[in-house]
Order: sequence, then C-alpha cells, then structure tokens
Amino acid sequence: MIRFLLTKLLYLVPTFLGITFVAFGFVRVLPGDPVLLMAGERGLSPERHAELAHQLGYDKPFLMQYLDFLVRLLHGDLGNSLVTKKPVLTEFLALFPATMELGIVAILLATLIGVPVGVLAAIKRGSWFDQVSMTAALVGFSMPIFWWGLLLIIFFSGILQWTPVSGRISLMFFFPPVTGFMLIDSLLSGQKGAFASAFSHLILPSIVLATIPLAVIARQTRSAMLEVMGEDYVRTAKAKGMPYSRVVMVHALRNAMIPVITTIGLQIGVLMAGAILTETIFSWPGIGKWMIDSISRRDYPVVQSGLLLIAAIVMIVNLIVDLTYGLINPRIRHK
Amino acid sequence: MTDTAVKLSDAAIRRRMVADFWYHFRQNRGAVAGLVVFILLVFAAVFAPVIAPHDPTMQYRDALLVPPVWQEGGRSAYLLGTDAVGRDMLSRLIYGAQYSLFIGIVVVSIAVVGGILIGTLAGFFGGWVDTVIMRVMDVVLAFPSLLLALVLVAVLGPGLLNAMIAIAIVYQPHFARLTRAAVMGEKAREYVTAARVAGAGNLRLMFKTILPNCLAPLIVQATLSFSSAILDAAALGFLGMGAQPPASEWGTMLAEAREFILRAWWVVTFPGLAILISVLAINLMGDGLRDALDPKLKKG
Repeated sequence: MIRFLLTKLLYLVPTFLGITFVAFGFVRVLPGDPVLLMAGERGLSPERHAELAHQLGYDKPFLMQYLDFLVRLLHGDLGNSLVTKKPVLTEFLALFPATMELGIVAILLATLIGVPVGVLAAIKRGSWFDQVSMTAALVGFSMPIFWWGLLLIIFFSGILQWTPVSGRISLMFFFPPVTGFMLIDSLLSGQKGAFASAFSHLILPSIVLATIPLAVIARQTRSAMLEVMGEDYVRTAKAKGMPYSRVVMVHALRNAMIPVITTIGLQIGVLMAGAILTETIFSWPGIGKWMIDSISRRDYPVVQSGLLLIAAIVMIVNLIVDLTYGLINPRIRHK
Repeated sequence: MTDTAVKLSDAAIRRRMVADFWYHFRQNRGAVAGLVVFILLVFAAVFAPVIAPHDPTMQYRDALLVPPVWQEGGRSAYLLGTDAVGRDMLSRLIYGAQYSLFIGIVVVSIAVVGGILIGTLAGFFGGWVDTVIMRVMDVVLAFPSLLLALVLVAVLGPGLLNAMIAIAIVYQPHFARLTRAAVMGEKAREYVTAARVAGAGNLRLMFKTILPNCLAPLIVQATLSFSSAILDAAALGFLGMGAQPPASEWGTMLAEAREFILRAWWVVTFPGLAILISVLAINLMGDGLRDALDPKLKKG
C-alpha cells in the first residue's frame, strides 16, 4: 500500500509542475505589459515601471522568474489581490468553505439518490421505472445548469416564495464563522431560525449543482450493476438459494461500486465547473464566483493563483479517489 | 480486372457495414428521435432566413416584452413573445440554431483533428514521445474544463471565436487519449505488421492502416463533445465571455434575460429550453451510436 501511494505521488509531480507552469505562463501570454497587469497601476513613470518590474522579478530571465514563482509558492506566498490588496491565499481560505459546503451537500445528494436509482433501474431492467429514471437521467445530463437554476428561482422563489434568491443566510443573523460551514455554524450559534435560514439558502444551489453528477452516477451505477449481475458468482449465489436482496446488496453492489466510486470522484471537476455557474446565479460567496469576478475585474494575481489552487484541489481529490480505489480493490494495488 | 473486383467488394463491404450500423441504430428509439430533432435543428439553421418571421436583431419599439401568443396580451405577430428591446423571440431562437451548430462543428473539428494527430503520434511512437505528450495532456485535464476555458478566453479576449478555440483546446486531450489507446491496441496486430513488411512508411501506417480501425470510439466521443461544446459555449455566453450581444446565441440571450426572470418568464424559459432540447437530442444520438458501433455491446 505504501509503495502504491508513493508511485501515485511520484506520478503527480510532473503534472503538478505542469499546472504551476500553466498558471505562471498564463499572465505572460496575456496581451499587454505584465508589469502593468500584475501591478494594476495606471500611468506609470519609467522609473516606477522599472522599480515594479524589479519588485515583481520581471527583469530576470524567464526561467529564473519561474523558479522564483515556485519558491514563493512553496513558502505559501501566492501574491496579493489587486482589488482588495489582501493575500490571495487568505481570500481563498475564507471563501473556500462556502464552495466546499455546497459541493459536499451536492455530491451527497447526487450519491444518495443516484446510487439507489441506478441499482433499482438495473434490477428492474426494462420496467417503467428503468425507462423513466434513465430518461430523467439523460435530461439531467443534458441540462444547462445555469438555466435550470434560473427556472428553480422563478418557481420556488418567484411563484411559491419558499426560498430566498441569493446568499448563504438571511441578513438577520450574524455570528462569527467557526467551521466556515453555514449549516454547522448556524446550529452552533444557537440562534433561533438560523439553521432554517441557512438550509433554505442552500437547498436550491445544491440541487442545481447536484443535477449533472446525479445523472452521471445513476447511469454509471445502472450499467455497472447490469454488468456485475451477469457474472458467474452472482449466478452461483442465486443458485445457492441466497435471498435475492442479499445477492443484490452484498454480491453485486459491492463489486459494482468500484467503478461507481471512480465516477463519483471524477465528478469533483464537474462540481468545480458547476460551482462557477451555480455561485454566479445564486450570488453564493464561494471561489467559483470569486474566480469569475476576478476574471472580469482583471485581477490577474487572483486568477493565476485561484487557477493553481483549484487544479491542485482537483488533483488531490483524484489522488484520494485513486487510493480508495486501491483500498477496496486489491487487484489495482498489486498490479 | 482483379483491381476492379477488389474495389467492388470494398464497396459491398462498406454497404454491408452501413446497413448493419443502421439496423443496430434503428433498434434504439431514443436515438432515432434524437436524430429527427437534430435534422430539424439543421433545417432551422440552414433555412433560418426563410422560416424566421422577423429579423432577429430588429427592435420593435411598440412591442417590448410582449408575452407569447397564448397568454393574455400576446400578439399573433410574435408567437413566442418579444424580449426587453422588442426583438421577436421565435426568430432569435431559430437564428440561434445556426450559432449552436456552428459552435459544435468548429469545436469538434479542431478538437478531433488536434487530438487524432497528437494521439496517433503518442500511440504509434511510444517511448519518450508518448510520455511527454501524455503528461502535457494530463496537465490540461487537471483543470476543470469550464474554468480553463474561462481563463483562456480571458487571455484571448471575450468573443465567440475565442470561446470556440478555448473549448476545443480543453476537449482535445480526450481525443488524444482515446486515439492513443486505440492505436496502441491496433499497432501490434498482424495486419499492421503485414503492411509494414510490404513496405508501408510510418505516415501510411499511422493514418491509412491503423487510424480507420480506431474510429468507432472517436465518433462516439465526437458526438458527446458536440453536445458538451454547445453547453459550454452557452455557459461562456451566459457568463459574458462567449458570443457578445446582440448575437442571438442562446446562452447570450439567457444572460440578457436574467434581470427579467421574475417579470417575463418567456425570455428566460425558451432559450434554455432550446439548449436543453438540442443537447438532449445529440446525447440520445450519441447513446445510439455507441450501441451500434461498440461490438462488445452488440447482441449476438
């Protein structure tokens, strides 16, 4: 297992270096003077320009600049935002819990609904349930989620007035963040109605964000189950007279879960892309909205480091998925 | 004489393959429905100037936010209503089909050509060429696709062309990976060795001998990418980074309609519905293609 872990980690090093290179190089290929872009000041005198160029390291050779970038990165220095002047890492860490909360709720929703639906559809193959749920899954898979979010707002916030349109919690409530997760913090604050408010703010965005992963997971679970149900060991288990539910839950599902877990892990990238759209629609103060705002404000240090951090997170989650995969499937580990 | 006989049998084989493919494709009712919708979409795009009742950019100042014809206040001149500056929704939607198909075709073409070239090189030569190429592809795949496309558009500047290039760059590694895997699988087969012994050069081996046998997974992936390209381009348009107003691209239309969501449901509902129906139709077709082209799933 240790060996497996080390090989995986070693394998990631070139990819990670590639990511840092893309993030570093991105500012250099932008049209315009990188000093002006990164310093965000207008009408510079030549002296000030040279000073800034020196300060930012742009007077050094390209490769040296890249090495400096890596060294700063290893020290946790990701530069400062041009707009707020705060360190990018501080801003990221402040906003990340919001995205994480949304993402976790969405992936839980997608898994808890998607897996049972997929299993049922597989064991009742060809039934109306199978057909309806798989049609729904294909619709979900094809959904432009930014439109889906707007529709839900029209219906639940506009017509029924059940849910708020934007934000994480009603302005009536204020408490210091403890975990950064509004659902937990609102409970800890002990304020009456705070949790309900946080929940009602979270429900629509998480449905929107869960839609595509839910569809993918349901489809993947169904096809994995169908494959496994045709295996000899399932037939043997059935022939032994084992109760059908036990055959499905123990023999089939456990093996079918192996590709499903990979699929769930792969959804993290989908979630990050979805978060950009979902957070924009619901004004959810997370890193997706932060990135899109920074892109339109031309806050390039934020875009650069945000890109790097998000890619690193996706990579780490994929590593964790790979390791889980190795844990539940010894065949992979010993290959 | 022998030459013509060989050609004839080639054509016959091709006909058999097409017939076989159509037989399997037809089994899938969803796929056929998807194909019908897709043909309608192409029809709408090609004949947009003929079938659209109005000019898509014409602003009728006396008809702002007119609801659809079946709703109170609707007018028969504007079947699906008008938007906030009095443009006919139906005409804009019809012209929007042109954008979506164009986006799909351009993105998939760039991604397929790039991916096939890179993937064939990697799979055919192996060794360090393969390692370098695939590591670069891994880096591209490490970024969430929409985010990378957004940043690329930020670099290239907002606009439809740049959005298409960005999306194609992001999709290209999928084709490279698929091609590489298929080429590696085929490379060791006897017919390739036979062609090599017969004196075929590397280029001929790569593109004439091996590649045609690797096309099935690529066609399926191309279909799925076509629909994702429409979705992602619409998302970029929605975020203000894709096609720019007054283009009647569906995502851009949605972005313009956002502020009216609680006042005029039709300006929001119809463009999104158009995106959903197109993407769904293409995905249904993709499912049918996969069933018809993947020999492993074929029954009997």
